[in-house]
Amino acid sequence: MMIEIRFHGRGGQGAVTAANLLVDAAILEGKYAQAFPHFGAERRGAPVVAFARISDKPIQVHSQITNPDIVVVLDPKIFELVNVVEGLKNDGILVANSKEKPIDVDVKTYCVNATKIAKDLNLVISGWPVVNTTMLGALVKASEIVSLDSIVEAIKRNFSGKLGEANAEAARRAYVETIEC
Amino acid sequence: MPLMSLTGNYAVAHAVRLARVKVISAYPITPQTTIVEKLSAMVENGELDAKMVRVESEHSALATVFGAASAGARAFTATSSHGLLYMHEVVWWAAGSRIPLVMAVVTRAIGPPWNIHVDHQDIFDQRDTGWIIGIAQENQEVLDMTLQAFKLSEDPRVYLPVMVGLDGFILSHTRAPVDVPEQELVDEWLPPRRQPYVISPESNYVMGNIAPDEVHFLMRYSMHEAMEAAKTVIKEIDKEYGEVFGRSYGGLIECHNCDDADYIIVITGSWSGDAKVASDMLRENGYKVGVARIRYIRPWPKEELEELGSRAKGIIVFDRAISMGGYGPLYSDVAGTLYSNGGKTSLVGVIAGLAGVDVGAETFKETITSIIHKIEENGFFFEPQLWLLPKDYSSREKMMEVAKRWL
Amino acid sequence: MGKGPILQAPETFFIAPLSRPAPGSVGKTGSWRTSKPVVYEDKCTGCMLCWLYCPENTILKTSNGKVAIDYDYCKGCGVCAAVCPFEAIDMVSEV
Repeated sequence: MMIEIRFHGRGGQGAVTAANLLVDAAILEGKYAQAFPHFGAERRGAPVVAFARISDKPIQVHSQITNPDIVVVLDPKIFELVNVVEGLKNDGILVANSKEKPIDVDVKTYCVNATKIAKDLNLVISGWPVVNTTMLGALVKASEIVSLDSIVEAIKRNFSGKLGEANAEAARRAYVETIEC
Repeated sequence: MPLMSLTGNYAVAHAVRLARVKVISAYPITPQTTIVEKLSAMVENGELDAKMVRVESEHSALATVFGAASAGARAFTATSSHGLLYMHEVVWWAAGSRIPLVMAVVTRAIGPPWNIHVDHQDIFDQRDTGWIIGIAQENQEVLDMTLQAFKLSEDPRVYLPVMVGLDGFILSHTRAPVDVPEQELVDEWLPPRRQPYVISPESNYVMGNIAPDEVHFLMRYSMHEAMEAAKTVIKEIDKEYGEVFGRSYGGLIECHNCDDADYIIVITGSWSGDAKVASDMLRENGYKVGVARIRYIRPWPKEELEELGSRAKGIIVFDRAISMGGYGPLYSDVAGTLYSNGGKTSLVGVIAGLAGVDVGAETFKETITSIIHKIEENGFFFEPQLWLLPKDYSSREKMMEVAKRWL
Repeated sequence: MGKGPILQAPETFFIAPLSRPAPGSVGKTGSWRTSKPVVYEDKCTGCMLCWLYCPENTILKTSNGKVAIDYDYCKGCGVCAAVCPFEAIDMVSEV
């Protein structure tokens, strides 16, 4: 069984890193996984996408993901710019950085105020709240696709010291605060 | 040891570290750059005892490692696309001089227009240079093939440089699980560097003097003979690597569902994975389709393809490069090989995925199904250039609309 | 580690584009001349500028500190005569 995930963010928010960390966590659990960016002419602030696949069998496909099982949206503004649910499976899940249900669609939606959590924990780079690790906590709550422990371990392996701890805390807090909306 | 989560580029860097390479030189180019970035970090933090040489161009990068290798050092460089074209002259020099050397080529489309996405135009442009050229499908194979490249290049039956191709972004920037072997195990398996001669003040050799035309001709023949010998060496190394590290790929080609196949897909690179998934889907629909993934485009797996061609009803070749006015390069080689059975096998060359245009398993399935129908309706079908144009642009009207907009 | 490579003979038919410098590998190239340099010992100071410039290594140093020409390999280019600051070398036609 293969789960396909699409991350939407804006350049600089860490969507690519989010996909990488998710895949690191899956590999720690002994699963097969694949994280890949799609680089176009994106610049800081412009809408970007990143992809991840997680499976219990070796993954052979390398094409882009057109019918994801899960869509994760890192920035509330994205909803105005991109049709984030395009191709999302009917029984799929939308995980949003949003205080309330962001769009009127008939899919299971989970919300978390990731921007606030990132700001509270001082995860801000050049004025941008970096919400990728927060949204991974929300993704785990919404889907249980990997365990929170694995996400925390993957974060700590990629970011050392205080930065790793703050990002791990962001994931933990989001896991608690994420609700179906 | 749990598997590491590595991009294809980092898998290359780890293989280079494990081979204890002594001299590295490269010039940054997307999507290759993170290979040498990682290697620089490894040298800086003491994981790798090597000299990093900064240069002003790819031409100099290859010239530098070629010089170091001629002087006796295990050496490595990496590049992509326009960088590879810029070093093209030295690519010939390194092979013609019979100096063992390894280079990673992160495949990327060639401009104009500028484009950083994958196709195979750049690596097929090196086809005739005398380098052994391998192309991987997955990050694990990238690591294994790079490590094996050192042993292959330094084998006294071969003494030719080796290119390891990995698809830009689709492997180079994709994280996936990779088993990184222990250093001790690699040290036992990979012998110290061997080479046919060393350029040094003591050896007093001069490289590149003028030779009589007849001797030059014989040098070409000797490279061809080494390529033929490399076929055996590639298979030997693949087998013994499997015994030591637990992974073998099948030598020059990797066959998927080939045994009883009526139709064989010939393809190379990461999109072979999507083709394999398509072949599984086609089997569920009752079509016996197999995939012969070309792992080495040089030396060319002639014998393996002759054998497959002799028992298949049809061969369908997918090229991610094109010789404009001619054929796809894989197709040309397959057609040349199949003539040994008198051209009785149906043969189709599909040109697809150029410039990074995505081709997924469903597209493979649809394309292959329609080709199989033509073969089965007519008993024989021959089409050397089936252009699989990008979705939404496949009609002449749509193409003309684009042309008007872009003039 | 840190040891040099192992030199091992190729095991397939092998020719590399190598040569070793050797005197007169294409015969005595002095026969290619149309004119030859002649040294006037009385004007030569032994400054060795001609030795520095000669592209063929055919300026010889004599026991009395002057120069002489190795006519077996001198191709008669005339650079020595042109650079001599004392006009101690003349080019003389041989045809």
